[in-house]
Amino acid sequence: MKLKQALLAGAAVVLAAGGASAQISGDVVKIGVLNDQSSLYADITGQGSVAAARLAVEDFGGTVNGKKIEIIFADHQNKPDVGSNIARQWMDRDGVDVIVDVPTSSVALALAPLIKEKNKVFVNSGAATSDLTGKACQPTTVHWTYDTIALSKGTGGAVVKAGGDTWFFLTSDYAFGHALERDTSNVVTASGGKILGQVRHPLNTSDFSSFLLQAQASKAKIIGLANAGGDTINSIKQASEFGIVAGGQKLAGLLVFVNDIHALGLQTAQGLQLTSAFYWDQNDETRAFAKRFEAVMKKKPSMIQAGVYGGVTHYLKAVKEANTDEGDKVVAQMKKMPINDFMTKNGSVREDGRVNRQMYLFEVKKPGESKGPWDYYKLVRAIPGEEAFRPLKDGGCSFVKG
Amino acid sequence: MFELLGIPPQALFGQLLIGLINGAFYAMLSLGLAVIFGLLNIINFTHGAQYMMGAFVAYLSLTHLGLAYWWALLLAPIAVGLFGILLERTMLHRLYKLDHLYGLLLTFGLALIVEGFFRNQYGSSGLPYSIPAELRGGYNLGFMFLPTYRAWVVVASVIVCFGTWFVIERTKLGAYLRAATENPTLVQAFGVNVPRMVTLTYGFGVALAAFAGVMAAPIYQVSPLMGANLIIVVFAVVVIGGMGSILGAIVTGFGLGVIEGLTKVFYPEASNTVIFVIMAIVLTIKPAGLFGRAT
Repeated sequence: MKLKQALLAGAAVVLAAGGASAQISGDVVKIGVLNDQSSLYADITGQGSVAAARLAVEDFGGTVNGKKIEIIFADHQNKPDVGSNIARQWMDRDGVDVIVDVPTSSVALALAPLIKEKNKVFVNSGAATSDLTGKACQPTTVHWTYDTIALSKGTGGAVVKAGGDTWFFLTSDYAFGHALERDTSNVVTASGGKILGQVRHPLNTSDFSSFLLQAQASKAKIIGLANAGGDTINSIKQASEFGIVAGGQKLAGLLVFVNDIHALGLQTAQGLQLTSAFYWDQNDETRAFAKRFEAVMKKKPSMIQAGVYGGVTHYLKAVKEANTDEGDKVVAQMKKMPINDFMTKNGSVREDGRVNRQMYLFEVKKPGESKGPWDYYKLVRAIPGEEAFRPLKDGGCSFVKG
Repeated sequence: MFELLGIPPQALFGQLLIGLINGAFYAMLSLGLAVIFGLLNIINFTHGAQYMMGAFVAYLSLTHLGLAYWWALLLAPIAVGLFGILLERTMLHRLYKLDHLYGLLLTFGLALIVEGFFRNQYGSSGLPYSIPAELRGGYNLGFMFLPTYRAWVVVASVIVCFGTWFVIERTKLGAYLRAATENPTLVQAFGVNVPRMVTLTYGFGVALAAFAGVMAAPIYQVSPLMGANLIIVVFAVVVIGGMGSILGAIVTGFGLGVIEGLTKVFYPEASNTVIFVIMAIVLTIKPAGLFGRAT
């Protein structure tokens, strides 16, 4: 107990001195899962991410170098101020060593510098903005599962190639939507397409008919949905109601999760192309994980939840290897080791914190092709990480040399 | 072809119509709130949760009992109305003599419990509920495509709103109700069972919310959060219309739907806030609301 108090009291001094000898502070490795527990992203992150982190810890054996591993979680309500307050409390008072998941780009962007300042680790699975490893990069950030670049290159690229060369965006009005719209616009114009306009709607909107009419009036071939979760579901559902798809315009869901398809039903969602880092029915290993996950959560894991498992596992391996929980040292170790788990094969953490992995372009099955609930995707093609993500030198990350 | 502030007239007509459709939901919900506040003096914060329960009754009766939309339209208001009556009998009726704040706290707490329960059971992504076959498709009006179902929503809402207004303002039963609000003791002395009437009124207000919930199910996801997202706006509608004013709730509901629709064209980013801006302005100029009588 004395040691713990001394360490807590001296934490600031230790930080200023640039880290004492390598060891695990507080005799415990504490993982904080911070995400949306109650609102529109709760199904794709929420308790499912907590369950995935628990599975990772269980598989790791519950201890690292003899020290106990603990998991705590909280609801950031998709608000940067709420998220920052919880993160501060966790790091200052509760001795949390790593914060994982954190969907909602605005919250993630607020947390990244804060976590760097406290020299802890940020393993982000939930947020999409590519700025996390670009302009807003931090040496203690690892962006695990996907980002807006990969989504736009995967889905945007495929759609333009299939002839969808004029676009109108329906964009969620915060950091994530803006980044996704920007990155997709770049892909579309680079492939010879044209952007005809965009409309920005507030996060968590229930009625999209107004925005959809504007998209319809633009006469664009493709309506790009730069939103997520419940917003995407309602956009797709109401687009079908207003005869937009029947009228010849196509929807491109830029960030669609398997849970969204489950909520929409195949009748409405069929034919939609989407980019994902993971689908539960890819091979025996992914099915095995999905089965364990389902036993706890009664549903299949989203790519974010699968990513939380991978991220926590890789973090714990690095802590074990480096025998410390100091943020900069652990992340440096994470960047040295290859990633191999059920979801990521021969992946790596790049210098800017981006995880380099294969991504997949899927198409949603027709109702007749599906064998039952959760049998929703067929693979269109696998996208190698080098193609999916932004080249290291183009991100504008301050500490990347070259 | 003339243009208004850079918006072609076709688009404008379309947006006005859509505003009217959204306004139909505001009107139905704020009507229930106004009835409950006007006659019971309870600020019913569970209204959003009851609206959500209506949608869930529709979903559950379809998936478990195989009962289609039209049955749900009948069943949900009854089931949720009974739930409301139970609440009124066991808890709410103890609060009539106390400050408004107590009713607000109780109903707000109940809303959180109900919504938390549904979220725990069904997750937050929502559940699919498709438009009944009879109401699929739509009409091409030239300036926009009007889905049949949305047209039905406006028609049904107008009927329900007018019917409610008529019963309360123009019939003998309505006269009893209004009299019982003014002076319950006196009305009871004439042999009218006032407590029972109050209970039924609360049940009716709640049933209106459930009815709106069933109407909403095919358009939005059946989701535990659907009421929480809407209820704050609906409260603003009631405040703008004047607390307890039936006509005010209806007119403001439709009117604000249209204004919100127009905001979505001219400055979409503000579409979530415009109603509150209007509320602030109205309260500054007319503290009792547009249709409210200052007391």
